[in-house]
Amino acid sequence: MKTNDVILQTTTKVVFFIIILFSIHIFFAGHYAPGGGFVGGLLTSSGIILLLLAFDLKTVSNMLPINYTVMTAIGLLISLGTAAASIVFNVPFFTHAFDYFMLPLLGKQSLHSAALFDLGVYLVVVGVTMTIIQSIGEDE
Amino acid sequence: MSFVYFIFIPMLAAFLIPFLYKKVSGIHTGWFVLLVPVVLFILYTTFLPKVQNGESFSSSFDWIPSLDISFISYIDGLSLLFSLLITGIGALVVLYSIFYLDKTREQLHNFYVYLMLFMTAMLGVVQSDHLISLYFFWELTSISSFLLIGYWYKRDRSRFGALKSMMITVFGGLMMLGGFVLLSIMGDTYSIRELIAQAPELANHKWFVWSLVLVLLGAFTKSAQFPFYIWLPDAMEAPTPVSAYLHSATMVKAGLYLVARFTPIFAISEWWIWLVTGIGLLTLFWGSFFALKQTDLKGILAFSTVSQLGLIMSLLGAGAISFHTGIDDNSIFKYAAFAAIFHLVNHATFKGSLFMIAGIVDHETGTRDIRKLGGLMSLMPISFTIALIGSFSMAGLPPFNGFLSKEMFLTGMLSIPEFDFFAFDTWGILLPIIAWIASVFTFVYSFYFVFRTFTGKHKPDLLPKKAHEAPMGMLISPAILGFLVVAIFFIPNVIGDTLIKPAVLAIQPYLYSSTEEIDIHISAWHGFKLELWMTIGIIVVGLLLYWTLSKWQPLYEKFPQRFSLNYLYDRLMDLSETGTNRLSSKYMTGYMRSYLIYMFTGIVILTISTIFIKNAFDISFATLAPIRFYELIIALVLVAGTITILAAKSRLTSIIALGAVGYSVALFFVIFKAPDLALTQLVIETVSVALFLLAFYHLPKLNRHENRMKFRLGNALVAFGVGVMVTIVALSAHSQKLVPSISAFYEETVYSEAGGGNIVNVILVDYRGFDTLFEIAVLSIASLGIIGMIRLRLTKKKEVNRIENK
Repeated sequence: MKTNDVILQTTTKVVFFIIILFSIHIFFAGHYAPGGGFVGGLLTSSGIILLLLAFDLKTVSNMLPINYTVMTAIGLLISLGTAAASIVFNVPFFTHAFDYFMLPLLGKQSLHSAALFDLGVYLVVVGVTMTIIQSIGEDE
Repeated sequence: MSFVYFIFIPMLAAFLIPFLYKKVSGIHTGWFVLLVPVVLFILYTTFLPKVQNGESFSSSFDWIPSLDISFISYIDGLSLLFSLLITGIGALVVLYSIFYLDKTREQLHNFYVYLMLFMTAMLGVVQSDHLISLYFFWELTSISSFLLIGYWYKRDRSRFGALKSMMITVFGGLMMLGGFVLLSIMGDTYSIRELIAQAPELANHKWFVWSLVLVLLGAFTKSAQFPFYIWLPDAMEAPTPVSAYLHSATMVKAGLYLVARFTPIFAISEWWIWLVTGIGLLTLFWGSFFALKQTDLKGILAFSTVSQLGLIMSLLGAGAISFHTGIDDNSIFKYAAFAAIFHLVNHATFKGSLFMIAGIVDHETGTRDIRKLGGLMSLMPISFTIALIGSFSMAGLPPFNGFLSKEMFLTGMLSIPEFDFFAFDTWGILLPIIAWIASVFTFVYSFYFVFRTFTGKHKPDLLPKKAHEAPMGMLISPAILGFLVVAIFFIPNVIGDTLIKPAVLAIQPYLYSSTEEIDIHISAWHGFKLELWMTIGIIVVGLLLYWTLSKWQPLYEKFPQRFSLNYLYDRLMDLSETGTNRLSSKYMTGYMRSYLIYMFTGIVILTISTIFIKNAFDISFATLAPIRFYELIIALVLVAGTITILAAKSRLTSIIALGAVGYSVALFFVIFKAPDLALTQLVIETVSVALFLLAFYHLPKLNRHENRMKFRLGNALVAFGVGVMVTIVALSAHSQKLVPSISAFYEETVYSEAGGGNIVNVILVDYRGFDTLFEIAVLSIASLGIIGMIRLRLTKKKEVNRIENK
């Protein structure tokens, strides 16, 4: 897929960051408003796919030198770790904990172990999607 | 004292072994490992004085309390005897292995890790009072035995032998688990002691005989009884220390332990007595007869082990008869269990030393083939002495311990026809005859083993190495065992009082309530009774047969291969492999479309038939909202898009139409106020269209196959079925509300319990977090699969190119 589309490339440079910011917003909003790790992850990967469409695979992997397989593994470990951590506190597997805190700048916010679990989901989704697309894209 | 944790000491030590092997490479790892069995042996010896008085100890910790599963270590005479054997012989074997396995050439850390794993497993088997943890340790011994047999995993025979032993013993283990489950249902407890306490009630249960047979299958496969013994000769591919330890002294005796342990429960049944005695005697004869066919030193010992295990098994069976005769009867049955345990100890000593000698011969001459060996007596005098002691004890000659237990065995078998239950007074006469014949062959192979190796003509040109005596360190262990063989003959009653009587108390609690009541005194001289004449007969006939051995040994070759059990096993394995392969290749075509058809057809049939059987088909339009104009338009777009996908001549059109369908579904979600779904659907659609476009380059052209009418008709049927099913399910689900909707529960609890506001997301991460966890796990596996499929193929292609370029 050799492209040399100046308009697409220029737009992408701006839109990419908007998508990523939006995906991060969606990820954090998840617990109270529409969104969450799964959608957030998909949005992030769609942003990276946009980069792939505008530039080629090599340029993108230079821009974002991420090993997506490792990312998947880290995500899975975070999710499993969050679920398993409850054993240490002598409550059944997968019991989430949350509480409300006063944070500087942000005011009263809830901190939730479910968000950590969701972070794992987010990483796995990005990792898996990009692994698939990269593997198929590289295969000539 | 929580001695239940002692069981796990070897396993904990196993964690340190790899580090010791890597970091302290100057010292043979075995020296560190040696500490474990020695310390355990000393620890278990401290129980001896109290257990000798008939006391027993128990210690436990919970493993899975919700399922009532725990580790219970129960130490009485029987388990203490076995624990001492395991740690005692274990220490000698580790000492021997230090000299047997070279520290520079061998993967020592693997070896000792497996060995320690085995030690934990075996201690667990003999001490567990809980059926499930007993089973757990039982299978762990099979697994560690598998790993040890396959220790030299680059050899074909090792892998074959490892797999064979695993197949047979795990089969038996699973059968035994079935027996255990039945027992626990019958007695409503997992504890063996509690089962024994209610043994009389169990006997009337309809599953009693089933559980008996299943438990025996486990014992027979593990203890290499006929017809399951075939794994043991192949297990001789293991390093010799392993053969001496697992496959003669300890693991194969787990089956005997099981039979002894369950005797108080099952002795009431004639099935038990006939099966244990009969199979034991058959194995005794079979093993001793075929031992003479072997030409491999360890092969001879393997068959002799099979045969000796049969002997002990038959004694345990005869011991169970005492349940019916009682203690007042003067007959010998009440001594049979004593004889069984006595011979078990004796066998561990003489067979252990013989295996070690076989290993020494192999180590110092480079071969175990008895046809190449001979005349080693003058070159290896110490080994010869030890081998002579071991063999004579095995043959049942004085002044060695084998003589004592062999005499007791003959006495036991002779008195069986006296027993007038269960047709023993008619058929029972066969048993002493078989026992006598088997003893003759035992005598012959004992002589065959020792004299063909150490006397006769020395053939140095046939040996791969120049023969010489083994280093002193290697001789220590067999020498200690050899010394015990002689010592036990002179002080049999010391062993009898300290070790064997407490064990007998555990096997026959219905006869004795304390060790003092067991009025057995071992003596070498009984006067000129029938037993003595039988022994003299064995010696005379045995010597005769040994001298004429070269005349009749070729007869073994006449035995047709087709009828051997090994042939049966090979055919069975072959059949199951090719058979299942053929079966699965019938429907695993390798085409995605076939699999989709299976799945969809299955779902359609299952769902629609369930709906009809449960009479759940119910459609009412009463509660439906009116259809709005823009909903109609989106639906039309959806239909048009779907038709375009099917009708399109090029794939690109199909892909774009598929995208259109996906986006219209997302619009539906927006209209029906499901923002989460709409968002997800939109992004998914975007990503999957991009993915399709990527994959598009690699897909083949639309081919003729898809144009054939038959193909399309079948697909249309499946597609129609899926459509009908989904419609029926959706309409029926909407029309009838049998149970209140769960959404009310979510609305109530989402903030108070889960601390969130968005029900959909809280379901994903909290309420049904397990689903999500497994989904992301499946996703990760799928991505690994794709990497495997695509990247591995790439490297292959490159390799092909490289070869072509050359």
